[in-house]
Amino acid sequence: MKEQLKIDFNKIKEVSNFSNRDIEIKKSYLNKFIENGFPNRKQENWKFLDINQIISNNISDLSFYNDYSIENKIDSSIFIDDLEHNKIIFINGRIEKIDFSYEDKKQIEIIEDSYTNDKSENNNSLIDLNIALSNKHSKILIKKGYSFKKPLIIYHLTNEKMKSKNINLRLDFELEQNSTLKLIDFFSDDSEKNFMNIFYNFNLDKDAILKNYKIDKSLNKNLKYSFNNINQKQNSISETFIFSAGSDYFKNEINCNLKGEYSSAFINGIFSLDDNKQHEIRTTINHLVENTKSYQLIKSVLGKNTKSAYQGRIYVDSKAQKTDGYQLSKAILLDETSEFNAKPELEIYADDVKCSHGSASGSLDDNSIFYLMSRGLNYKQAKGLLINGFLLDVIEKITDAEIKDLLKKMIGLKK
Amino acid sequence: MDTREKDIENLKDYKYGFTTDIENIKAPKGLNENIIKFISNIKKEPKWMLDFRLKAFERFKLLKEPDWQKPKYPKINYQDLYYYSAPKSMKDKPKSLDELDPKLLETYNKLGIPLQEQARLNGIAVDAVFDSVSVATTFKGELTKHGIIFCSMSEAIQKHPDLVKKYLGTVIPTTDHFFATLNSAVFTDGSFVYIPEGVKCPMELSTYFRINASETGQFERTLIIADKGSYVSYLEGCTAPMRDENQLHAANVELIALDDAEIKYSTVQNWYPGDENGKGGIYNFVTKRGLCKGKNSKISWTQVETGSAITWKYPSCILKGDNSIGEFYSIAITNNHQKADTGTKMIHLGKNTKSKIISKGISAGFSDMTYRGLVDINSKAKNSSNYTQCDSLLMGNKCGAHTVPYIKNKNFDSNVAHEATTSKISEEQLHYCQQRGLNPEEAVGLIVNGFCKEVLQQLPMEFAVEAQKLVGISLEGSVG
Repeated sequence: MKEQLKIDFNKIKEVSNFSNRDIEIKKSYLNKFIENGFPNRKQENWKFLDINQIISNNISDLSFYNDYSIENKIDSSIFIDDLEHNKIIFINGRIEKIDFSYEDKKQIEIIEDSYTNDKSENNNSLIDLNIALSNKHSKILIKKGYSFKKPLIIYHLTNEKMKSKNINLRLDFELEQNSTLKLIDFFSDDSEKNFMNIFYNFNLDKDAILKNYKIDKSLNKNLKYSFNNINQKQNSISETFIFSAGSDYFKNEINCNLKGEYSSAFINGIFSLDDNKQHEIRTTINHLVENTKSYQLIKSVLGKNTKSAYQGRIYVDSKAQKTDGYQLSKAILLDETSEFNAKPELEIYADDVKCSHGSASGSLDDNSIFYLMSRGLNYKQAKGLLINGFLLDVIEKITDAEIKDLLKKMIGLKK
Repeated sequence: MDTREKDIENLKDYKYGFTTDIENIKAPKGLNENIIKFISNIKKEPKWMLDFRLKAFERFKLLKEPDWQKPKYPKINYQDLYYYSAPKSMKDKPKSLDELDPKLLETYNKLGIPLQEQARLNGIAVDAVFDSVSVATTFKGELTKHGIIFCSMSEAIQKHPDLVKKYLGTVIPTTDHFFATLNSAVFTDGSFVYIPEGVKCPMELSTYFRINASETGQFERTLIIADKGSYVSYLEGCTAPMRDENQLHAANVELIALDDAEIKYSTVQNWYPGDENGKGGIYNFVTKRGLCKGKNSKISWTQVETGSAITWKYPSCILKGDNSIGEFYSIAITNNHQKADTGTKMIHLGKNTKSKIISKGISAGFSDMTYRGLVDINSKAKNSSNYTQCDSLLMGNKCGAHTVPYIKNKNFDSNVAHEATTSKISEEQLHYCQQRGLNPEEAVGLIVNGFCKEVLQQLPMEFAVEAQKLVGISLEGSVG
């Protein structure tokens, strides 16, 4: 893999127009990645699902170079029709189209940033890989007081041309004071055996609101990793919703730093898995100042040979008095071969706090099934009804009515 | 130098002091095969026992000291420790209670420990009328009548080699983790209990009555076997503060419950926690594991941990037999600079197995407390269930309380539920108590005891009363 990485990195270097300084930075991250390799189960964060092993089992000849000069055809049938929206379209990792037709263009800036400004400190080798190999570092800036009129959908599309490739995407979002962004990440794949590594960095200034919905619904055999880093100032709100179902492997990681008073973070997630899928959500909420709030709700429905994992960590600094932190994870195991893992973690250094977590897992309740069947439903309908009810709970947490409706339709909770 | 420091200084003197006493045999410092052979030889152990130790030592050489735990400690030089020293002779021990640290005496009085017991705890020769040997003898007679074996580990190796050979190392194998393996190689003594088929042990067994092995040293090894249909309740430690000269304690405790048997294991630990500035104190790195081997068996752990500078232990249950039950009740209190990383592991292997975890953590001062637990439901463990509740109470904003539960459910028939909360004592509750005439410390004591009640209830009667007082004493000075 090492040799492959070096060869591919040189190719990227030749075709790109990075400054020398950027190349140097990228190189240092590459070396860091080469040293550490893909994370494995020996690392606490990767205990439940070992990506190193999963990659080597699924993709034998992973290559890291993508040719971004060739244009891809956009298949418009994939677009979401029910909702007026702005678009950013990625096909095979290449930006094909940016369309902000519903917005005031003066209020939004798209900046090609330099890696020299990148000061991200981490011990996550996938982030190292991302910084080393991603071909662009774009930043979307939303100016003071501007609210997106329509949601922005980022389409992550792949076509059959791609195989055994690693794609690294990097986007930064800067939300200035009192601005609002509704962002949907929509995944749809026509390829298989690729590894996608997505890194978003959000900076929320005072009173800013971010709503991020990640929808991975279409079935595919790709492996995905997504990392959201969210920094929040005073009074800001972030809401993240994850619908995790389609890919063979998907790990969503959210790191949220509540740096301003009265800021809050909400994370809600659904795993709806079948047929050998292995998904994970890992969250870290750092309560760093007084009067901050976080709320997390994760539910899993697990079919044959599936595995889901939820690792949630709430950290409360000794300064962060009056913190309110809550975590709940629930799972329904439908098959003998399904597996649910949870590690809800609290790390608390302040005394005037309200923190709690709960976790429950089990099979469908026989009594409820019996009740519904005695009312004339067959077993399949009864099961479906119970599962829908179980998941609806999470969907109802979505604060945007339009998007809530869209999701209900997508998942089949509403016609 | 204050009295406490002097006291510690004295203890150090014992450790390294040279005595001409013939009875006091000390193996040279260091850890190697010869030391292990020396220990085995001096205890006149059979060859299989020596092999057991050497096998463990072979393994130990390959192991690395773990470092994933929350409380960090200065590196221990394992070559700089004594691994064998015979019990101290009377000459070295304090002659009367007056020689003891007044602070220690004060605590004894608060706990309401009788003078005789105070003396015994410190190894002071007790006058003939109250000689506990006679008490112990009476108990021994009673136990023998029922066919119960209760003796020191060394005695068991000599007298009941078949039982020891059959069960020792079956729950904690010689190939286990670093400290457990170290213990397997160099353990000096401990307790051995065997309850025969169908016998319900008529009294609470306690190390307290087993005087022939009152000093078991830092590497203690306990083995309790409950044969089919039997019951035993075992008490370890006592509420009185213990001053021990060894800083590192790496004991191994193995419990085995066969068909329909029940073992109840209660611990009250109040070892030296170090001074107010976090200097000194004992490292309590104990491996405790119970195996519910037979059908319908039950193992229940109850612990009240108030002492030690660092407590790092996870009493566990392996629920192998169908319908077996595992329980874990724990109170851990840390104050000043104490640190605790404790919890349990419930490993469900058999069908219809049930487990329950109730953990209460209280941290005050500059201390750090972590609950770390594992609930693992194997795919074969059909229809099993677990309930976990871990609550933490924080006093002040210099301390920390952490919860790290691992939940693995591989069986769709099983239910796992986990709840945890972290909070502080509410102003209203305090105000209410004070309004009724309690001073702030009493009020905190009352509220904390209420917080711990679920666990305290699990302790045997006579223990529970003392433990309740202990909870109050441990938190002294943390209010305000």
